[in-house]
This record gives sequence, structure tokens and C-alpha cells, in this order.
Amino acid sequence: MKVLVPVKRVIDYNVRVRVKSDHSDVDLANVKMAINPFCEIAVEAAVRLREDGKASEVVAVSVGPKVVQEQLRTALAMGADRAIWIETPETPETAGLGPLGIAQLLAALVREEQPGLVLLGKQSIDGDNNQTGQMLAGLLDYPQGTFVSGLELGDEEVEVVREIDGGLQTLALRLPAVVTTDLRLNTPRFIRAPDIMKARRKPIAHTAPEQLGVNPAPGPRTLAVHPPEPRAGGRRVESVGELVEHLRQAQVI
Amino acid sequence: MRSLVIADLDKGQLAAATYHVIEAARQLGAPCDLLVVGEGCADAVTRACAIAGIERVLVADDPVYAASLAENLAPLVVAVSAGYSHLLAAAGSVGKDLMPRVAARLGVNQLSEVIGVESSSRFRRPIYAGNAIATVESDDPVKVLTVRQTAFAAVEPRGGDAERVELEQVIEAPSTRLLGEQRAESERPELTSARVVVSGGRGLGSREGFELVYQLADRLEAAVGASRAAVDAGFVANDLQVGQTGKVVAPELYIALGVSGAIQHLAGMKDSKVVVAINKDPDAPIFQVADYGLVADLFEAVPELIEQI
Repeated sequence: MKVLVPVKRVIDYNVRVRVKSDHSDVDLANVKMAINPFCEIAVEAAVRLREDGKASEVVAVSVGPKVVQEQLRTALAMGADRAIWIETPETPETAGLGPLGIAQLLAALVREEQPGLVLLGKQSIDGDNNQTGQMLAGLLDYPQGTFVSGLELGDEEVEVVREIDGGLQTLALRLPAVVTTDLRLNTPRFIRAPDIMKARRKPIAHTAPEQLGVNPAPGPRTLAVHPPEPRAGGRRVESVGELVEHLRQAQVI
Repeated sequence: MRSLVIADLDKGQLAAATYHVIEAARQLGAPCDLLVVGEGCADAVTRACAIAGIERVLVADDPVYAASLAENLAPLVVAVSAGYSHLLAAAGSVGKDLMPRVAARLGVNQLSEVIGVESSSRFRRPIYAGNAIATVESDDPVKVLTVRQTAFAAVEPRGGDAERVELEQVIEAPSTRLLGEQRAESERPELTSARVVVSGGRGLGSREGFELVYQLADRLEAAVGASRAAVDAGFVANDLQVGQTGKVVAPELYIALGVSGAIQHLAGMKDSKVVVAINKDPDAPIFQVADYGLVADLFEAVPELIEQI
């Protein structure tokens, strides 16, 4: 069974973001970019399925300008077999694409590629939308297993453990299905130098929205981006007694 | 314009989050209906009908909906969505699972974790783990939103006299089967709506060390939270995690014990009214957002704190 893994290029999670002074966006110039951490977990899960003999092929896909090939190479170095680059002239955000537009492109690709399972991260750490997997499942009318921390792939069904408010929920989804990964699903492997060399020889196919026959819907318009309200500078207290006194004065205890 | 709020249920009762989402809907300035869908939700419906500002309560009470699966709920919401300009749900695990599927079926965008209503088409929401706030506008004929409950006050649970409308249609997707649920049982207040939260991090050192958090929480009748480091180290279950990938809280008092204050964690608690940090590392980033910071050994300071309050 083929597993399709969409991955997104995002700002590295260690980078402290700055809002541009004209409040048009956050400043991404000269900022370290990386594969979205949740997507990395999805790639790891897919590669493990193939290593366990439960999947036959792992195909990574990304939407964006040429630079997203870097993240596709990362997925290939982790063990994906091949990759597909859906080219848009700019990043999805600057091209005005939201999760709906991305999901429409992915849905067209799923109809072409016919994977048994689509594995995505539960959210990207830039837009924090947590939508694309659910939208893709909705467009395809596939079952969805979101926020998944346990995954057992069978021939007809995939069994997933979901992280829900108040605990865990286990579902069986009839294939083909869409699954989105939570942080606890696995720990992605470390990429070694020979893996990077091997990944260079793996194919990245090129396609574009027109070739997929999709005119993706525009996302919501971003009118302004502001830094959050700063918290007033705090103070150090020297003892537990002093702390309790302050909390009494603030009337919170 | 007319809004539909999809109620969140907790053990058959209306979850606290629902009252906050209704406030967000109220700020849209349009008449508001409530959809109560689940199994055995008679009590929830009675309470829903009494909420001021709700005109109609749509009821779908069936075992099919017990597990709140998006595959069953989404077609129901789509089926009743005609005539509504806004569909809203809390940004909890059910709303996040359901609303994007609903939006996709309707061919519209979805806006996640809304923290401010500027107009009927303009909203504010956090991006980049809460390090930036975006003002966004949607032209879609139906606005599908999830609402961050801590950003809105709760509406009064009384003063209303809504009409009850039974939905006859039951939709069950054959593609998905519930195999089981494991719920963490707790006597403590619910984390996302508690007035006081005591949270523990890696600094507690062990599952036994985390007992300090419970002891202080008991003294303050507080909910217990945890950082991702504490969850990953196995001190507590993951449903206690506060942060970008866990729960977002904004209590009156947030006490962080042995929490370093990674960006991930701050995204989930920095709107708390008063933040207290106790940590032995004077350089821990948590001190930058703490109103009161105490550099001390937890195992000495916390028992002393319990004694003094």
C-alpha cells in the first residue's frame, strides 16, 4: 500500500519570530527554515510502516516555490521513496493559499496517486491552523484520524489512538483514510550523511495547480499582524513569605 | 445573519467552553441558535434552552453521536447549516476535528482559535505559537470558526427561553468504528476553565516529585497542568499538557513549578492574569513572563508555601 505524506516548509521551531514594523507579516527574511515538526513525525511514521512491511511505498509531497525541495529532500533522506513538488510561484501564504486551497491540491493528487493512507502533521507551527488533514478527508469523503499518538495499519483498516480532551480515543478507520500526527506518535530519526547522499538520487516529480486541474480557493486575507500584548515586567521575590503577601494583595489567594 | 453554535458536551452536560463560544457569537450581533448533539443530552438541552440570547436549540440525541466523530457530525452540521452566516465551535479536540471537515464540505475556509471579533467578517487569531496576532478577513458566505474559549467571557446560564427543535435525521458513516476510550478521571476543576492552575515541569524530577503539584493544587482547589517536558518524562498523562500543542488556559492565577518556560508552553498560559514561577534556575525564561518569581528549591519552597496559605 502506498502512503502519501504532505510536508510543509516552515520557520525553524527554535527561531523567535519578529513582526515586521509595517505590521504586514512576520519577518521571514534570512530566517532558518525547516520541515514542520509535525510533518517530520508523519514522515517517520510512514517510513516505519514501510520498514515493517505494511506499506510498499512512501511518497512525500509539498506545495510552494522551488525552495520546498529542501524539505522534500529531508523527507527522502528520512526514507521516503520519491517526492512530488506542487509548484506555486510563492509560499502558500504569500500566494494567498490557505488550508482549503492546499487541501484541494492534495485531494487532486490523491485521486491521481490513489494512496491507501495519507499521513499529515496535525498542524503547522506557523499558521497554527490544524485544518488541512480534516479538510482533505472532507473533500475526499475519507474517514479521518486526527491528533494520533498510536497507529496500527492493517489491510482493510487503520487503527488509531487519538489524543482528545480528557484522555485517549481508539478508532478503526476503513481505508483509504487520512491520519494526522500528534507529537507523541514517535521520535523522528536522526539523518546521517549517507542518507543525504542517497536522497539526492531519489526522484522529485514536478507538477502545478493547472496540471492537477485545480484552481485553489483563496484563503482568508491577512489585514495586519501585530506582536501580542507584552506582559508587564515581573518582579523577583526573596522568600515564600513575600510571595504569599503579594498574592494576598493581588487577591488571587 | 444568523449564527449557529455547536455545543461542547462533557459527560452529557454542557461543557463550560460552550458559554464562552456563545459570547463570541453574541459579539457578532446576530440571532444565535445552539446545536446540541450527542447521546443522552436531555440535561444539556434543558440548560441550553435557559441561556439568554439563544433563540432555538437544535437537538440530535442518538447513540451514533456518542463519540463525537467528525464523520457523523460533519454531515449533520452541513445539513442544518442552510440559513446560517456563522458556524462556531470551541477550539477543543471535538471542534478542531469537526469544523475544518464542515468547512471543506461547504467549500469555505475555516478560521481557527479566534480570540477577537472585530466585525462579522473580521477576526483576530494567534499565529506562530502566539508570538504574533493576525487580523484576518474572510469573504466566504459562511464563516466557520473555532473559538479560543479563554479569550471570551462566559454568558449567563439563565434568562433565556429558547425553542427546542428535534432533528429527525441521523447520519452514521460506516467508515469509522469506535473501539474504546480511556478517560483520565479527576475530582479537580477542569483545566481550561479553572480559576487557579498549578503546573509542573521537568524540575519536579519524577512522578513522585510531581506530588508536590497535586498537594499545592489541593490546597488552592486548583486544576493541575504540566509542561510537555513533564508529560514526555512520564510524570503525568498528556491531557494535562498546557501549551501550543496541548491546552490553552487563562486562569486568574497560574503557578509554574519547575517549568522552564519554552515558547511552546508560554503559548498556552501567557494570558493568565497573575503568573507565579518557582524555579531554581534564575535564567529560566518563565521568569520573563512571571509577575512574581522566586528562585528556590521546589522541594523546600512548595511545602513552605502550602503551610503559609
